[in-house]
Amino acid sequence: MSAIVPVPPNTLRRAGRRAGDWAPAAAVLVAGILVWQGLVTAFDIQRFLLPKPTEIATALRENWTFLRHAALYTFGEAVAGFVVGSAVAIATALLLARWRPLGRALLPYAIAANAIPIIAFAPIFNNWFSLVSPIPKIAIAAVLVFFPVMINMLRGLTSVHPSSIELMRSYAAGEAATFRRVRIPNSLPFLFSGLKVASVLAMIGAVVSQYFGGLRTTSLGLFIKEKAALALFPEAWAAIVLASVLGVAFYLAIVLVERSVLRWHPSVRGARAG
Amino acid sequence: MVARRGVRGVLAFAAVLIGLVALWEGYRAIGQATGLTWPFPVNERSMPHIYEILGQLFQPSRRNGPPLVTVLLQAALFTAREAALGFVLGASTGFVLGIALAHSRLLERGLLPYIVASQTIPILAIAPMVVVWLGAGLFSVAIIAAYLTFFPVTINTLRGLRSADPRAHELMDSYAANRRSVLWKLRVPASMPYLFTALKISAPASVVGAIIGELPSSIQGGLGGAILNYNQYYITSPASLWATNVVAAALGISFFGVVLLAERLVVHRAPEHVA
Amino acid sequence: MPRPAAVSLGGVSKHYAVPGGPGVTALAPIDLDVHPGEFVSLIGPSGCGKSTLLRIIGDLVQATEGQVLVNGKPAHQARLDRDYGIVFQDPVLYDWRTVARNISLPLEMLGWDRQRRASRVAEMLDLVELGGFEGHYPWQLSGGMQQRVSIARALSFSPALLLMDEPFGALDEMTRERLNGELLRIWQQSGCTIVFVTHSITEAVFLSTRVVVMSARPGRVIGIVEIDVPQPRTVDTREEPRFFELVTAVRERLRKGGAAEAEAQAEAELLLVEEER
Repeated sequence: MSAIVPVPPNTLRRAGRRAGDWAPAAAVLVAGILVWQGLVTAFDIQRFLLPKPTEIATALRENWTFLRHAALYTFGEAVAGFVVGSAVAIATALLLARWRPLGRALLPYAIAANAIPIIAFAPIFNNWFSLVSPIPKIAIAAVLVFFPVMINMLRGLTSVHPSSIELMRSYAAGEAATFRRVRIPNSLPFLFSGLKVASVLAMIGAVVSQYFGGLRTTSLGLFIKEKAALALFPEAWAAIVLASVLGVAFYLAIVLVERSVLRWHPSVRGARAG
Repeated sequence: MVARRGVRGVLAFAAVLIGLVALWEGYRAIGQATGLTWPFPVNERSMPHIYEILGQLFQPSRRNGPPLVTVLLQAALFTAREAALGFVLGASTGFVLGIALAHSRLLERGLLPYIVASQTIPILAIAPMVVVWLGAGLFSVAIIAAYLTFFPVTINTLRGLRSADPRAHELMDSYAANRRSVLWKLRVPASMPYLFTALKISAPASVVGAIIGELPSSIQGGLGGAILNYNQYYITSPASLWATNVVAAALGISFFGVVLLAERLVVHRAPEHVA
Repeated sequence: MPRPAAVSLGGVSKHYAVPGGPGVTALAPIDLDVHPGEFVSLIGPSGCGKSTLLRIIGDLVQATEGQVLVNGKPAHQARLDRDYGIVFQDPVLYDWRTVARNISLPLEMLGWDRQRRASRVAEMLDLVELGGFEGHYPWQLSGGMQQRVSIARALSFSPALLLMDEPFGALDEMTRERLNGELLRIWQQSGCTIVFVTHSITEAVFLSTRVVVMSARPGRVIGIVEIDVPQPRTVDTREEPRFFELVTAVRERLRKGGAAEAEAQAEAELLLVEEER
C-alpha cells in the first residue's frame, strides 16, 4: 500500500468545476472594469458622468476619517431600526397568529400598508423628533423593516400543514405548546426571508431618510446629496460604495445566522451538499 | 353569498378605519392631557386632528390658490406618470432578461452575479446623481423606478421559468415541442405567479423611487416636490404635510391595487392552504 | 383512426454512469415485441426499470444499447411524428388551463384550427365521461377526474400507441377498478396499442392481453403470461376462477424472479469471498 494518499478525483473535479462556474462572471467583471477605465480615459468623458474607479478610490482615501465616522453612525441607525422593527414585527405576527380572526382581518391591510411610501414620512418624523437626532432615521428604518418581517413571519406561522396541527391536538397539546413546537419552527425560513429583505431596506432607509436633513457630521446621506449637488461625484460615489459595502455585509451577516439556525432546511442542506 | 362576503369586507374596512382614527385621536387626547413629550411632544402641531387633515385638503394650497386637493392630485398624477413609465420599462426589461438567462447557462453565469450585485447599489442613494446626469425630467426619474423594478422581475421570472414540473417538460418532449412552444405554452405560464410576486413588490417601490428621484433637483411638479414644499410650512400648517403624505400613501396603494387586480385576472391557481 | 402501432425492442439496455464507480445497470438487454392493438402490461418490483423502459419506448430516455422500433420507425422518429400519447402517474395538468384547454394542448401544438380542436375536445370529454367540466380548472377536480382528463389529452390526437406509467397508482382501489373498466372501453373504442406499467398484479391481469414480468434491477424479462380471459371484461371477470389462476401465475413468476435474484446475489457474494481468500 502506498504511503501517499492520493487526492480523491472527486474533490479536484468539483473544485475545478466550481472555478469554471465563476469564469464567465469573472471575465465580465475584469472586462467591465477595464472598459470603464479605458472609456473614461480614452474619450475623456466628463468626470461628472462616471468617475474613474481610481478617482473614487482617491476620494475614499481623502475623506476617510469623515466617511468612516458617518458610515458607521448611519449603519448604526440602520441596525437600530432593524432591531426595533423586527422585534415589533415578530411580536405582532405572534399575536396575529394566536388570534386568527384578528390576523385574517388585518393581513390584507398590512399588505396594503406595505405599499405606502414610508420614506415620505421622513419630514414629519424630523419635525416630531428633531432634525439632528438619529431617531427619525431609526424610525423610518424600523417601519420599513416592520412590514416585510411581519407579513413573512405571519405567513410562516400560519402555513403549517393541517396534519401537524392535528398531531399536536392528538397529544392534547395546548396553543402555547403548538406554537413552540410546530408553528415557530415552521416560520423560521419565512422569517429569515423577511429579515434578509429587511436588512437591505433598513440601510437604504437610513441613508435616504437623511436626504431630508440630518446632522452633517454623521449623515452619509446628507454627504451624498451635498456632494452630488456640487457635482463632486467621486466623493459621492465613494460614500455610496461604503454604504453598499455595509449593506451587503449586513445582508451576509443575516445569511450566516440563517445558515446555522436553519441547518435542517432543504435550501441550506442542498447548498452544503453541492 | 358573494354579497355577504362583500358586505363583510366593507364592514371590516370601516372597522379598521374607525379603529385607526380612534387610535390617533385617542393617543393625541391622552398625550395632550398628560403632557406627553416622549417619544415626541404631543400637541396640535405634531398631531393635527384627522378632520383637520382632511379639511385642509379643501383649503386653498396657498393664498388665493387652488384647493390643496387639486394641487396634490396633480402632483400625484405627475409622480404616477414617472413611476408607471419606470415600472413598465423595468418589468419588460426584467422579463426579457429572465427569459434570456433561462435559456443560456453561459449568459446566466456571466450576468447573474452582476444583476444581483446591482441591487447592492442603493439606487435610492444614487438618485441624486442619476437625475443630475440624465437631466431632471420625466425620463430620469423613470429610470430610478425602472431600476427598482427590473431586479425582482428578472430573478422571479428566472425562477418561475424553471419552476415547471419536470414531467410537464417530459410531456412537451412527447409532443416533440420546439423550444418556442415549450417557452410560451409551459414555462411562461408557469412563471406567472412568481412574476406577479415580483410586480407586487416593485409597483409600490416604483412610486417610492419616483418620489425620491424628484427630491434632489427639486422637480417641482410631483409629490416629492410637494413634500419638500409643505415641509417648509409645517410650523404654520402641519395638516398640509400630513395631507400630502395621505395622497402619497394612496398613490402607493393604488399602484399595488392595480397589480393585484391584474393578478386576479391572469393567474388561476388553487387557493393557498392555511391552517 | 390510424392503424395501431407495433413496438419492437431488440437488445435494449440502460446503464447509468456514476463518476468514480462502476455505474448502475437499470435494464439488462431486453427483447420484446408488442403486436398492434395489444394491451401489454409491464410489471415488476420497485426499481426494476419498467418506467425507464416505458420512457425508452417514448424516446424520453435514450437506451444505452439496442434498438427500439415504434410503428416501424426508430423511437426518435416516432416521437417527432407524435405517434404516441403518454399518461403519467401524476395527471400533470397545467394549472393555468381549463380542462378543455388542457385536452387541446397537443392539438394546439399540432396546429389544428379552433373549430376542429373544440369538436375533438367535446368528443374526448364524452369518451372519458367528463362532459360538462370543460370550464373547470384542474384543482377543482378529484384525482380520478384529473387522471381522466390526462387520458383524454393523451388520446386527443388519436395516437397509434398509448404509454401509461402507473396512471392509477395514486388513486383508491374502488376508483382504480372503475377506471380500469373505463380504460378497457376507451381502448376498444380508440383501437390503439397500449403499453401499461403497473405495480398491481390484479390490474395487470384485468387489463392486458399479455403481462410481461420483469425482474429486480437490472431489469430483465423473466416471463410473459398470456391472458386468455375473453373481452369484454367486466366487474364480474375479477371473480372468475380463470382470473385468479392467471393472477397466481403472474405472482408466482414474480416470486420466482425474486427468488432467482436472491439466489444470484448469494452466489455472487460467495464468489467475492472466494476471490478475497
